[in-house]
Amino acid sequence: MNPYIPEIGKPVPRADGAAKAAGAEKYAVDHYGENLLWAGVRRAGVAHGRIRCVDTAAALQISGVIAVLTGRDVPGTNRQGIVHKDQPVLADEKVRHRGDAVALVVAEDRATLKKALSLIRVEIDPLPGVFTVDDALRPDAPLVHDEHPQGNILLKATIQAGGAQAALEGCDIFIEETFHVPAISHAFIETENGVAWQEEDGKIVLVVSTQAPFRDKWEISHALGLPMDRLRIIGPYLGGAFGGKDGATVQCLLVLAALHTGGRRVKMWWDREESFVAGYKRHAVRLQYRLGARSDGTLQALHCRLYYDTGAYAHLGGEVMALGMEHAGGPYRIPDTLIEGWCIYTNNPIAGAMRGFGVAQVSFAFEGMMDLLAGKLGIDPLELRLKNALRRGDRNTAGVTMTQSTGVLDCLAAVQNHPRWQERKAWKKAAGPFRRRGVGIAAVFNAMGYGRGLPDSALAKVELTKEGRIRIYSGVSDMGQGNATAFVQIAGQILCQEHTAIELVQPDTERTLPSGSAAASRTTYTYGNALIRACEELRRRLTGRTALILLSDTLDDLELLPGRVKNLMSGREIPLTALAAMMTPEDRVCISQFIMPVVRDKLDTGKEFVIGFPHLLFSYAAHLVCIEVDELTGAINVEAYLAATEAGRVLNPQAFEQQVHGAIAQGIGYALSEEVLMQEGRIVNPDFATYIIPGALDIPEMVSLAVETYEPTGPYGMKGVGEVGMNGPLPAIAGALADACGVHMTRSPLTAERVLAALSTPPPP
Amino acid sequence: MGVSPLRGNDKTEYLPCGEEEHRVTSPSKGEARRGRGFYDGWYYSGLIMKLYFTLNGKKTTLDVAPDRRVIDVLREDCGLTGTKEGCGAGECGACTILVDGESRLSCLMLAAQLAGRQITTIEGMAGKDRPHPLQDAFIQHGAVQCGFCTPGMILSASALLSRNPRPTRADIRAGLSGNLCRCTGYQKIVDAVEAAVRREEESA
Repeated sequence: MNPYIPEIGKPVPRADGAAKAAGAEKYAVDHYGENLLWAGVRRAGVAHGRIRCVDTAAALQISGVIAVLTGRDVPGTNRQGIVHKDQPVLADEKVRHRGDAVALVVAEDRATLKKALSLIRVEIDPLPGVFTVDDALRPDAPLVHDEHPQGNILLKATIQAGGAQAALEGCDIFIEETFHVPAISHAFIETENGVAWQEEDGKIVLVVSTQAPFRDKWEISHALGLPMDRLRIIGPYLGGAFGGKDGATVQCLLVLAALHTGGRRVKMWWDREESFVAGYKRHAVRLQYRLGARSDGTLQALHCRLYYDTGAYAHLGGEVMALGMEHAGGPYRIPDTLIEGWCIYTNNPIAGAMRGFGVAQVSFAFEGMMDLLAGKLGIDPLELRLKNALRRGDRNTAGVTMTQSTGVLDCLAAVQNHPRWQERKAWKKAAGPFRRRGVGIAAVFNAMGYGRGLPDSALAKVELTKEGRIRIYSGVSDMGQGNATAFVQIAGQILCQEHTAIELVQPDTERTLPSGSAAASRTTYTYGNALIRACEELRRRLTGRTALILLSDTLDDLELLPGRVKNLMSGREIPLTALAAMMTPEDRVCISQFIMPVVRDKLDTGKEFVIGFPHLLFSYAAHLVCIEVDELTGAINVEAYLAATEAGRVLNPQAFEQQVHGAIAQGIGYALSEEVLMQEGRIVNPDFATYIIPGALDIPEMVSLAVETYEPTGPYGMKGVGEVGMNGPLPAIAGALADACGVHMTRSPLTAERVLAALSTPPPP
Repeated sequence: MGVSPLRGNDKTEYLPCGEEEHRVTSPSKGEARRGRGFYDGWYYSGLIMKLYFTLNGKKTTLDVAPDRRVIDVLREDCGLTGTKEGCGAGECGACTILVDGESRLSCLMLAAQLAGRQITTIEGMAGKDRPHPLQDAFIQHGAVQCGFCTPGMILSASALLSRNPRPTRADIRAGLSGNLCRCTGYQKIVDAVEAAVRREEESA
């Protein structure tokens, strides 16, 4: 391809596209090395119990086994975790879910590793387990964490604005419903993995599939008692993550292994089943809603109780719930709200971050309530949403004033004006025999950034290399969302260089600077803002130093052009290679920090949240889905999908659409087929034959409309778009099902079996 | 020959298929020489097989335990890490390779099944100085996000086009239905395959 300047606003192909399509990109999993050792984990296999003994003698006797380690061998605190450090690297006294690691083996090859793992004798005295939030909340419930002061309640929190209880009683109309969403799996294709080794100076290098290399360093240091400067984390492009690699997976285990290999490289790569068993999940949630409105459809009051099953360890459970609670009322004006949340420890697999972080769950409930209300009032569901949609200047249901771009109304209007909506009645009528058609809509939103209590910061670094090229040192991972390409566009735009002259360094704690996790739809926003400032400084330096060479007494005539700086008046040029040769290494590097702005309201609620509440910036979307239901089987076929998305300005239409499409596809899986099925904490569908993620035949043709606004705090006016699309499909499809068949499903996924059962249940009298 | 680079598996046009022999020695030999001999258990029984096959247009000889998985042989012995593993059970398609031009799952194949075959991995798709038209279309049409499914997707698309040179969008979806992608929602992948077909037709 001919070189081009990767400008802002253009559908620039991915910076990483060519290497990935060639099979040349090295993901963490593609790192092996000479004389490689393999590490693996023996897992508890018991959901709750006290460890009596872990006998490693037989395993150690096999030749080819380098080390067998248990909880006793872990230096440091042996506790990992992001906010609460409650998860052992290797279980020491208790096991709290079946996937708990009880022993770590390092061996010469995988066959030896497998054999040694099977020879470890693990004796665990089983304890009664808790597998539902109701069980966990009983007064006599067994405790998952004996020492946790609130028993099995990791976090109980309240968000209150106005007086919801009293207001509900005064409403013209009042509806009540309970919704259930299951745990689901991220199902990234590259499972959790990494490779680690100790260098001669004692430093441990870890190449790992991670969303948060800098936080990993801190987490490993804490758990293993290693000084931070002994750790170097390298985070290549990820083969998908979606939240599931935000926090320690293989990190502490691999660094611990590397302490025992005498400098040899050691690799750990979870297989699909292990990824299901030990990896993080999206929280299962029970959502109890009470909504009151005036007879004209104006929303008045909301009371909800949300119960998040966070599994055996805290991970980001409290923060996931906080975000869910902040979004529990939808993108609407409701003056009186009371939102209560319980984040509950159970002996289920660990729940944590996943795209739409707590929000995908509540979206099902608040949009389900809107459809129920519309039905009850006989109001068009789109009209009801338009009537109540948040506008800039309103307070949202957490009591935060919407001071920034707030485009949900525009999204709804875009759906309303689209032929799919305008012509829906005719389309529905054309259903064939034994088929019913329905059209559903959903209005959703998703906050950006970490929220209050934690600086959402990035440190951008950009260099004019000795060779006269531009090198961006990205400290924030690209798990596929495309932030790296946005960084190339920013540098290309400001420095006017061709894409072939711009290099990217992916996160490496020794080459790049701390820029937070690849999470919260924040990567392009936060790092991008920092990078703009760094690139502008570099541009000033490049023209400024050129002025010295060309003896220009003003910078006004100096312009950066591909590969050179030119004096537009005299026509004289200095190649960047010459400029680089003249500048000192220090002078060729620019660094800038950006911290995301925060909410100005002083809220007297949500005090239980240490971090992550409330948020200033939101992206919005309105989704429309057309489905066809097979009356004989209950199967739902998604026929067409439309998403109108407001995420500020679009920096790259192709990348924007990629995020929207991908989120819709994951959302369709969430709506129709995905559910981690558990029996007493054991996952019964830990593979892609039984845990069904959508394939190419399951996803319809999608139309993505960008409803652009300008977000003044964003880089070139953008906001993050990675998550918001995840929140629409489940409620939209449930709404379409109600439209098609008159059944309001409150338990997802909407499998054929469930739909058929609902269709054959006579409506209550 | 007139073999379409989209359809054919004949790489003679742009992969010099060789006079020079491409020899891969499995790591087990080195291990064995050092007296260790750990090789997924096979060194002990002495079952090392010499395989002759064509890999990305190059004649290749490989000393390998015949029951090792092809994906491991490709990635570890041959260094061809473009072939990805996503499930190890034939469910996700990430490990798709071409065996005599047909798509096969390398996580379900054993090394002995390589013998005498023409094997194409993602590394063998590109021409000398330019990507394969499918690779180019994937890049241009936004079909690559995290990219982990991409190699398998491209090889499956290539096998599809050799069976059906003018597929409809529905045909493309069906042809790629064995390859899971968690990032893209598939639409841009279908766009890319369509674009490659169009380009092929225009240049024909």
